[in-house]
Amino acid sequence: MKNIDSIGHVTGKSIYLDDIPNQQGTLHAAILGSAIAHGKIKNINVDEALKLNDVVKIILYTDIPGDNQIGGIIEDEPLLAENEVHYQGQPIAIVIAETERIAHKAVKLIKVDFEEFSAVVDPREAKQKGLLLFPPRTFKLGNTDETWKDCAHIVEGSVEIGGQEHMYIETQGAYAYPIENGYIKVHSSTQGPTAVQKTIARVLGLPMHQIEVDVVRLGGAFGGKEDQASGFAAMAALASYLLNKPVKLTLPRHDDMRMTGKRHPYSGDFKIGLSTDLKILAFETDLYQNGGAASDLSPAILERTLFHSTGSYYIPNTRVTVYSCKTNLPPNTAFRGFGAPQGMFAIESAIAKAAETINVKVIDIQQKNLLAENDEFQYGQKAENANAQECFQLVKEKFNIESITKEINLFNQNNRYTKKGYAVMPLCFGISFTNTSMNQARALVHIYQDGSVSVSTAAIEMGQGVNTKLAQVASMVLGIDTNKVKIHSTNTSRVANTSPTAASSGADLNGNALRIAANALLNRLKEVAAGMLKCDAKSISINNEEVLQNGKPSGISWKKLVLTAHLQRVCLSENGHYATPVIYFDKTKEKGHPFAYHVYGTGIITTTVDCIRGTYKIDDVLIVHDFGKSINLTIDQGQIEGAVVQGIGWTTMEELAFDKNGRLLSNSLSTYKVPDIHFAPNTIKCIPLETEGHELAVMRSKAIGEPPFMYGIAAYFAIQNAIKAYNPNHKLKFDTPITPEKVLLQLYEKED
Amino acid sequence: MIQFILNNRLVETDKKPGMSLLDYIRYEVGLPGTKVGCREGDCGACTVLIGELNNNKVDYKSIVSCLTPLVNVHGKHVVTIEGINLENDLTPVQKAMAENAATQCGFCTPGFVMSFTGFCMNHEKPTTSRAIESVAGNICRCTGYKSIQRAAEDITRLMQDKDIKNPVDWLVSKGYLPKYFLSIPDKLAEIHSKTEIPNNSEITVAGGTDLMVQKSDIVYESTIRPTKEIEHLQKIKFENQTCIIGGAATVTSLLQTEKLLQSIDGLRDYLMLVSSEPVRNIATIAGNIVNASPIADLSIMLLALNAQISSEIDGKVNTQPLDQLYTGYKQLKLQKGELITEIRFELPNANQQFNFEKVSKRQYLDIASVNSAMVIKVENNTITDCRISAGGVAPIPLYLQETSQFLIGKKISEQLFDEANDVMQNEISPIGDVRGTVEYKRLLLKQLLFAHFAKLFPDKMN
Repeated sequence: MKNIDSIGHVTGKSIYLDDIPNQQGTLHAAILGSAIAHGKIKNINVDEALKLNDVVKIILYTDIPGDNQIGGIIEDEPLLAENEVHYQGQPIAIVIAETERIAHKAVKLIKVDFEEFSAVVDPREAKQKGLLLFPPRTFKLGNTDETWKDCAHIVEGSVEIGGQEHMYIETQGAYAYPIENGYIKVHSSTQGPTAVQKTIARVLGLPMHQIEVDVVRLGGAFGGKEDQASGFAAMAALASYLLNKPVKLTLPRHDDMRMTGKRHPYSGDFKIGLSTDLKILAFETDLYQNGGAASDLSPAILERTLFHSTGSYYIPNTRVTVYSCKTNLPPNTAFRGFGAPQGMFAIESAIAKAAETINVKVIDIQQKNLLAENDEFQYGQKAENANAQECFQLVKEKFNIESITKEINLFNQNNRYTKKGYAVMPLCFGISFTNTSMNQARALVHIYQDGSVSVSTAAIEMGQGVNTKLAQVASMVLGIDTNKVKIHSTNTSRVANTSPTAASSGADLNGNALRIAANALLNRLKEVAAGMLKCDAKSISINNEEVLQNGKPSGISWKKLVLTAHLQRVCLSENGHYATPVIYFDKTKEKGHPFAYHVYGTGIITTTVDCIRGTYKIDDVLIVHDFGKSINLTIDQGQIEGAVVQGIGWTTMEELAFDKNGRLLSNSLSTYKVPDIHFAPNTIKCIPLETEGHELAVMRSKAIGEPPFMYGIAAYFAIQNAIKAYNPNHKLKFDTPITPEKVLLQLYEKED
Repeated sequence: MIQFILNNRLVETDKKPGMSLLDYIRYEVGLPGTKVGCREGDCGACTVLIGELNNNKVDYKSIVSCLTPLVNVHGKHVVTIEGINLENDLTPVQKAMAENAATQCGFCTPGFVMSFTGFCMNHEKPTTSRAIESVAGNICRCTGYKSIQRAAEDITRLMQDKDIKNPVDWLVSKGYLPKYFLSIPDKLAEIHSKTEIPNNSEITVAGGTDLMVQKSDIVYESTIRPTKEIEHLQKIKFENQTCIIGGAATVTSLLQTEKLLQSIDGLRDYLMLVSSEPVRNIATIAGNIVNASPIADLSIMLLALNAQISSEIDGKVNTQPLDQLYTGYKQLKLQKGELITEIRFELPNANQQFNFEKVSKRQYLDIASVNSAMVIKVENNTITDCRISAGGVAPIPLYLQETSQFLIGKKISEQLFDEANDVMQNEISPIGDVRGTVEYKRLLLKQLLFAHFAKLFPDKMN
C-alpha cells in the first residue's frame, strides 16, 4: 500500500504549517538571535526598531508571564536570553509586526551591546575545564581491567565524529491564536505536541488545559523537531497571549540553521583487546559528547550511545563512559539514531584499527564477534531472537562478498588513479524509548453511524508513513477498507500526554494503542452481530466490511452492523491505552531490560574514489534487513533508502563548520551540502530477512525509522579502504565526515 | 502594473517589482503548493514553470520562484503545481511519483513534480538522464532519491513518442497538462507590454540568481528595470570563429547552442556543473562575471578562452579583456550602471584543446572549492600556446599568467608538470574558508593542473 498522503503530496494539496490560511489580523514574528557565541548582554536598544511602521511589539524575557524556562529534561535553557548568551543565534528578543518582512527588518535595527567572553567549541576542552552539562555515566559488563592481560592484541585509538544538520525542508515554525478566555490554540511543526503544550503552559504560567496543540504533518523532522520545536511554538504563543492576536512564526532557513541544535559531534578514545583467534575480549571507550549550551535531549542521547557502544557485537568485558560537554554551540539534539550512530562508529573504528594492526580482514573480526542468542548486553538485557549472525551470513552469500572483493582488487590493480573500496556494517538497534515511562500511547477511535472510522493518536506524520500504517492496523483489526479510516491530526485535546513521535517507535506504540481500541470496538460489534444473528459472538468475524458467521457471509454489512449498534445505544468510541510490557531500567545499577526488542541487519557499501581529484561516488548499497513481518514493505523499503542516504551524507559530505568563536560557517544550503539525486548510490538493494517478527512490534512489523541510518557508516570505511589502495602509507583515520578535502589530503599524505 | 498569466487566469498587480515571485504566489495570491525551503535557489521546493511566447508557441522552462523578481515574469505564463492539476485525475508525472513511493514527507514533492513537468515540456528527445538532470536542483531529505529515479525512468518511458516540436499540444492530449494550456498563446499575445512598468529604474536585475540571494531586501525596495529592456542582449552569435554572447544570455542558452557545444569538447558536461537547471534557465553570463566571485565557473572558463568584455554606459561602449576586469575581491573596472553587453572569444581551433576541472563538496549544485580551465595548443609535442585560469585560489577569478607563460615552449612530461606547479604555487594566494583550508586548496589546484594534462594527454602523464 502506498502512503495515503501521496495524492495530496503530488498535487501540492497537502497542508503544512505555513500553508494554514491566516486569520484576519495575523501578526508575524521574527527572532533576534545573539550575534556572538558567549558573552554578557550589557544593553539592548530597541528604539530604532520600534520606530519602523507596522512594528507592533518587541518582546524580551521581562515580558514573560510564567517561567523563562524551556529545558525538557534538565531546566537549564531560557526561552529568551536574560543577562548572558551562550551560543550564536540564541534568541534574545522577538519582534512582532504586521508583516514578516517588517519583522525581520526590525530585527536588524535592534542594537545589543555585549561583553564578549571566549567561546568553547571543542568538547575535550570543555571537559578539561570542567564544563559538563550533567554528570557522566558509565556502563560496564565483566571486568576490562583484569582482561587486558589475557589479550593477544591490544589496540588503542581516537575518533572524531562530526555532527549533522537536520535540513528538514520545512523549517521550524508555529501559528498561535487566542480562542477565548485565555485559551490558546497552537499549530506547531513538532514531533512532540505535549512537549509544546507543556512548554507553553510553563512559559505563560497557565494550566495545560488552556493550551491546545494541533499538528497535521511535518515537512521532515528527523528528530530536529522533537524538542526544539517547543521553544519556537512558545514564542508564537507568548506573542499571541500578550497581544491577544494570531501570531505566526516561521523560521527563515538561515535562522533555523544557526538557532537550532544538530546531531552531536563526539570525540573519543578507545581501547580494544582481542584473543589470538580474533575474539574481542575487552573494549573500553571514553566519549565526549558535544552537547552545546544547554542539555536539551542530551541526557537521553548520551544514554543511547551507552546502549549501542558495542554495536552488533558481544563483548564480555566492556566499560564505556560518556561525558556530555557544555560548549558554546546551539544545544545539540535528537537526530535519527539518537546517539547510537556515534557509539557504533567508535566500535567499528576500533575493529577496523585492530584489523589493520593485526593485519587481518575487518569482516573476520566482525563476524567472529556478532551477537548470538542470549548474549548479554552491557546494560543487562539478553539478546533474544538475535538475527545478527544470520543477516551477516546472508549478506555474504546473497551478494557474494568474495566476488565483490575479487572485482575490487582487480579493478584496483588495473587503475592507477581510480580506486575502489568496500566495507560491511552490521547493525543491532534497540527499540523503545530508553526512558521507560515514555513507552505509552493512547488512541481514540470513533466509528460514525455511517460506518466511517476516525482515528486520533499521538503519532506525528512526518513522511515516515505512520498514518498509513495506522490506517492499515485499523483496517486489519476491524475488517474494513483503509478508505473507511481517517487518521486525524495529532491534537492534545483529543489525545493527551503524548510521547513524541521518535525512537522509531511511533508505529509500535500508537499502532498497539489503536489495535487495543479497535479490538474493543470489534468485540462490541461482534456482540451486536451475534444478537442480530442469534448466535454466539465467538462465531462472528468481520472481513471486507461484511459480517461472517463461522466464516460464511451472514448478509449483514459493516454499515448495517454499525448503524444497528448505534441504535441499540452501543458505544462506538473507544480510547485504547498501550504501555510496552517487560521493559524497565534501573539507573542506579545501569542494568535492566530497556528495549522491547532489537532490529538487526547488515549492509555492504562499495565506493569509487577519483585519486587525482579526491572525489568519490557511492556505487552500491547491499543490505539484508530484519523487518520482522512488515505490514508495509513499500514504506519500509522507502525508510531504508532514505535512512541509508542520510547516513552516507553524515559520514561523507555533510560537514558542520564552526569557527573558533562558535560562529556557524556552514549556515546555508550553499555551504552545508546534503546528498542530491546525483550523489545517490547507483544501487540500493535490500533483501528482507525472513522471520516471524516480534510480538511487541505492531502486527509483528518491526520499527524501521532509525536503524538503517547506521548502514551509512560503511561508506566511511569503504572510502578509507579505497584511499589505502592508492596510498600505501595510509593509516586508517577515524574522523568523519570524510569530505573530498580529507580524501585528497589523505591520498597524498606522506608517511607519519 | 505588472501583468502575467498565473495558471489559468490573468493577473495584474501593482506589487513591488522586486518582490519575489514566490512571495507573490504564496502570500498575495494564496497558492500554497509552492513551498519555501531556502530562498536561495539551493533546494528547488519553490520551482515553478514560466512560459514565454515564441512564434505563436509558448516555450516553458523551470525556474526557482524565490530568486525571480516579480517584474521578470511580466508578459509571461507562470505555472504552479495548482496550474497543472487535473480535475479528476493525476498527471502521468504525478502518478509516477505516487506509484514509485517517491514522496515521503511531501514538502519537496511539488518542486519535483514541476521540474519533471518542465522536462516533459522541453523540445528534446526524452532520456532518463535528462529527466534526472531536470530534478538535480531539487533536494529531498527523505527518500534517498532512488524512488525518484524510478519515477524518472517511468516518465521517460511514457514520453517516448512525445512530439518534440509541439510538446504542449501532445502533453495536453495525453493528460500531462490541463486543457487551458492550449489557450495560453492567444492570451499571452493579448498582453502586450502596453502596460506601463516604471522605468525610472535604479538597478538591472537579469536572472537575479545572485542578487536575490545576497540582497533581496535591496531588490525589494528598488525600482527594477524589467528584463524586457535587456532582451536584445540574450543572443548568441558567431562571426567566423568568434563567438559573441550577449550579456543577458542564460547558461541554458549556451547549452542550446550546438556550435558552441561542438567547438568546445566537454562543454555540456562542464555547464551541467554550474548550478541547477531552474537556476541555469535564468542565470546570465554577465551576471556570473559581474558577481565577481573568485570561484565563478563561467568566468574561469572564459578567462582561459581569453574572453573580451564589452560594456556600455551612457551610450559609450568599452571593451576590455576579462583578465583585466577584476581589480580585487568583488571589485571590477565597471562603473555604477555600466552594463555588460557582449562577451567575445575565439572558439578553440583544431590544434587547441579545452579542459575544465571543478571540485566541490558535492559534485552538482555546489560552489567549487577550486576550479580551473585550460586552453592549450600543442605542436610536435611542444606547447605552443597555453592559457590556464583558476578559481578559489585568489581574491579574483585568476588568470594564471606566469604558469601559462612558463609552459609555452616546453615539452609535456610529468617533470614539466612538477616545475609548472612550483610556478603556479607562487602565483596563487588562497585563503582558508568553509570551502577548504589553504593546504587543501593548494594541493587541489596542483591536482587539477595534473588533471588537465592527464585528461588531454593521458599517454604523456603515466
